[in-house]
Amino acid sequence: MMVLLNILLAFGTLSLLAVGGANAVLPEMHRLMVDVHGWMDDATFTQLFALAQAAPGPNILAASVMGWHVAGPSGMAVATIGMLVPAAILAWHMQGLTHRLRGNTWLKPAQFGLVPVAVGLIAASGVIMAGAAGTNLLTFVIIAVSTVFVWRTRYSPLWVLAGGGALGLLLL
Amino acid sequence: MDNVPGKLELFLGYAKIGLLGFGGVGPWSRHVIVEERKWLSERDYAEVLGLGQILPGPNVGNASVMIGRRFHGLAGSLLATGGLYVGPLCILVILSILYDLYGTRPGVAPFMQGVAAAAAGMVIGTAVKMGQNLRPPPELVLVGLLAVLGAAVLRLPLPLVVLVLAPMGVWLSLRRSWQAAK
Repeated sequence: MMVLLNILLAFGTLSLLAVGGANAVLPEMHRLMVDVHGWMDDATFTQLFALAQAAPGPNILAASVMGWHVAGPSGMAVATIGMLVPAAILAWHMQGLTHRLRGNTWLKPAQFGLVPVAVGLIAASGVIMAGAAGTNLLTFVIIAVSTVFVWRTRYSPLWVLAGGGALGLLLL
Repeated sequence: MDNVPGKLELFLGYAKIGLLGFGGVGPWSRHVIVEERKWLSERDYAEVLGLGQILPGPNVGNASVMIGRRFHGLAGSLLATGGLYVGPLCILVILSILYDLYGTRPGVAPFMQGVAAAAAGMVIGTAVKMGQNLRPPPELVLVGLLAVLGAAVLRLPLPLVVLVLAPMGVWLSLRRSWQAAK
């Protein structure tokens, strides 16, 4: 029971710190999992994070994988709840606030001021991912083709993911 | 105009976003909501995402709470968020069991490397496309480029980047609208 409570507290804290998503709290997550609680070693932490990246869905679900590793299915449930619920409650109230303020003429321009931060950080995470994934000429070609494909066409991005995987399997 | 999704469609749309979201759900969220199902315009979607960005938690997850509430209140929030997470969680249960049993398998590495490269391009392409469709004024383009510089090049902590650039963006955008009103 005690360990489940500790998992809940650890991820509940991370949830409220995660401005910018999972990558923002990666160092703090590492500190809690490895140094503070000793639930796993360095290598296991890295592998579990990669496992979560390999699956679809928000990267924040790394929390679920770590919860599973510490305490099985109930650990996963508690970690996921801890990671998702506090942030979701904030988002709920934010939507209520903007709904109440919607008559004000300043709201739309104020909100539009946040848009470049959001778009810039999407581009930044793409650049960081490219830095990690671009290990040789072929991977750089895949990155470039995929960028142009998604930018210039309306086709489903699934095509470039499948194509990238197939090329990797054949040529890497 | 915007298509208002029914409750089932909201859930299924978000389930699709979650399940297809290899390499991050951001590009898929925009693809399904703006291009495929036209629930929101590019600008409305970007504004919700902008709010989701300054709150803790994944911006797409925060957006699912807000978009769900906007269309169907509490039920909408729960359905959208539930849809987003249910598929990936099932897959993670399977992956966790496989990891416990086999550890990391060597055969899948080259495939995953190719997928990871394509996913990186997909994320960059989405950002470029949004920027192009939204046509922000030059000073806001600069804020966006500063975000790239701070987060990707200088590797500053994201809360710091948001804390500095969010007020700057809001102020620049408000100043422009005041000048236009005069």
